[in-house]
Amino acid sequence: MKTKEQYISTKVQTLKPSGIRKFDLAASMEGVISLGVGEPDFVTPWHMREASILSLEQGYTAYTANAGLKELREEISTYLEKRFSVSYRAEDEILVTVGASQALDLAFRAILNEGDEVLIPEPCFVSYDSLVSLAGGVPVHVQTSGDTGFQIDIDRLKEALSEKTKAIVLCSPSNPTGAVLSKAALKQIADLAEEHDLIVIADEIYAELTYDQSFISFASLPKMRERTILISGFSKGFAMTGWRLGYIAADSYFLHAMLKIHQYSVMCAPAMAQFAALEALQNGLAEVEKMRKSYRQRRNYFVESLNEIGLHCHNPGGAFYAFPSIQQTSMSSEQFAEALLLEEKVAVVPGSVFGPSGEGYIRCSYASSLDHLQEAIKRMDKFMKKMSTS
Amino acid sequence: MKLSEKEMEILEILEEDSRLSVDTIAKMVCLSVEETEGMIQKLEKEKVIVDYSTTIDWKKVDGHEGVTAMIDVKVTPKRGVGFHEVAERIYRFDEVKSVYLMSGAYDLSVIIEGRTMSDIAHFVSEKLSTLDSVISTTTHFILKKYKHDGVVFEQGDNDKRIVVSP
Repeated sequence: MKTKEQYISTKVQTLKPSGIRKFDLAASMEGVISLGVGEPDFVTPWHMREASILSLEQGYTAYTANAGLKELREEISTYLEKRFSVSYRAEDEILVTVGASQALDLAFRAILNEGDEVLIPEPCFVSYDSLVSLAGGVPVHVQTSGDTGFQIDIDRLKEALSEKTKAIVLCSPSNPTGAVLSKAALKQIADLAEEHDLIVIADEIYAELTYDQSFISFASLPKMRERTILISGFSKGFAMTGWRLGYIAADSYFLHAMLKIHQYSVMCAPAMAQFAALEALQNGLAEVEKMRKSYRQRRNYFVESLNEIGLHCHNPGGAFYAFPSIQQTSMSSEQFAEALLLEEKVAVVPGSVFGPSGEGYIRCSYASSLDHLQEAIKRMDKFMKKMSTS
Repeated sequence: MKLSEKEMEILEILEEDSRLSVDTIAKMVCLSVEETEGMIQKLEKEKVIVDYSTTIDWKKVDGHEGVTAMIDVKVTPKRGVGFHEVAERIYRFDEVKSVYLMSGAYDLSVIIEGRTMSDIAHFVSEKLSTLDSVISTTTHFILKKYKHDGVVFEQGDNDKRIVVSP
């Protein structure tokens, strides 16, 4: 007879639960302003929802092609070409997935052998480590620093290289820091990838949300297309998180491998969501522009206000997160987040959840109404004043 | 008049919420408070910003239920002044909230507010129809406002997102 524990695989037993879940406490409290939400505050524009409803009315309730609706893949191909100057064939180089999260899972499972190392600059999105581990790989953290606005330090990347290094994960604009990798940094990383024959998993889910400069897709750099697995989706830019719809664009030999796993594990992404995404690409780009403008204004307001109340914050070039330093308070980021929640009812996410370099910072999402942001700043100001007098 | 990008942005922000402080708006568009104030004053002086007003759901206020009607008015335009003169004669009445010149089956669309239906009937029969240039009127009473100037009336602040997510 096995113990209950033995029913679960050792790999899963050793998997750390997402640190963010600890802050579920906030959900049970009244009057909390949450800056802890990692998704847009916009509801999916009506015409996209309507397109999905129409597809149901018309009876499109069957499986689609494994790789996704042909029309949708064609639209994605055109969009990527027009918007980011990267070319992928709809027939065999684009795969529609259940969110960018499944896309990441497929990418790691398709390329990693037991023990292969993956360089992961941190602080970073909470899933990378676990997905790499589940796929048999070994996540290798590469630190970045708030002093350089969380740009990737090429020397640190080089130090982290080993014979087993197979791939590197790039997330720009970054969750949680909002940092957008500079063109210079991208070029250095491209050279390194070329020199050491690395695969680059480019998580470009926030590509639509850059505010100060136009986004550079990693695959658009010279010679990078054949070693890049481009991951993106509709969640952030199109405000479609709950639809769970992402995609992968990659050279056909990568895509073929990922499609094999995909067809056995999920068959295809939900049809009704694919129809909404089709409408999003055909007629929704003006709304994306409107949302981007609104985030930019809120970022400007919020980041400057944070700096004014003594929470020093680099200017995040993209996504919808501010990542201010709380180091002057001599609290850990977890203590800070907990105290701020209990005393002033503002929910933020401790930076340490996103990796050791996130210690000393908190992630605040500004995808919240201006009223809420103003109130949050007021409360945080009060909190900071209390801290400095106590 | 041609506006700068920042001026456009300020207009859009104010159109959405005219109660935001200059300080907040300045931060949103990355300008100093003085620059922002200067731009707003200029836009007010040039009458690009015509007025600041508040959308109120009077239906919720006891004794202020009121009645709103849209009246389609056919008129004979006058030589030299076209529709202008008759429009002016109509919009001078305080109870008239809006007057638009329309393309299509009629000429002027007049929106009028009164306390009761008979107030409006009185206005139409005594004031509006009796004007020389007015040929005919068709009055439509508004039964319920669902959405007004981009704002949905009965919609709570219901954020459906989970409180903390990665």
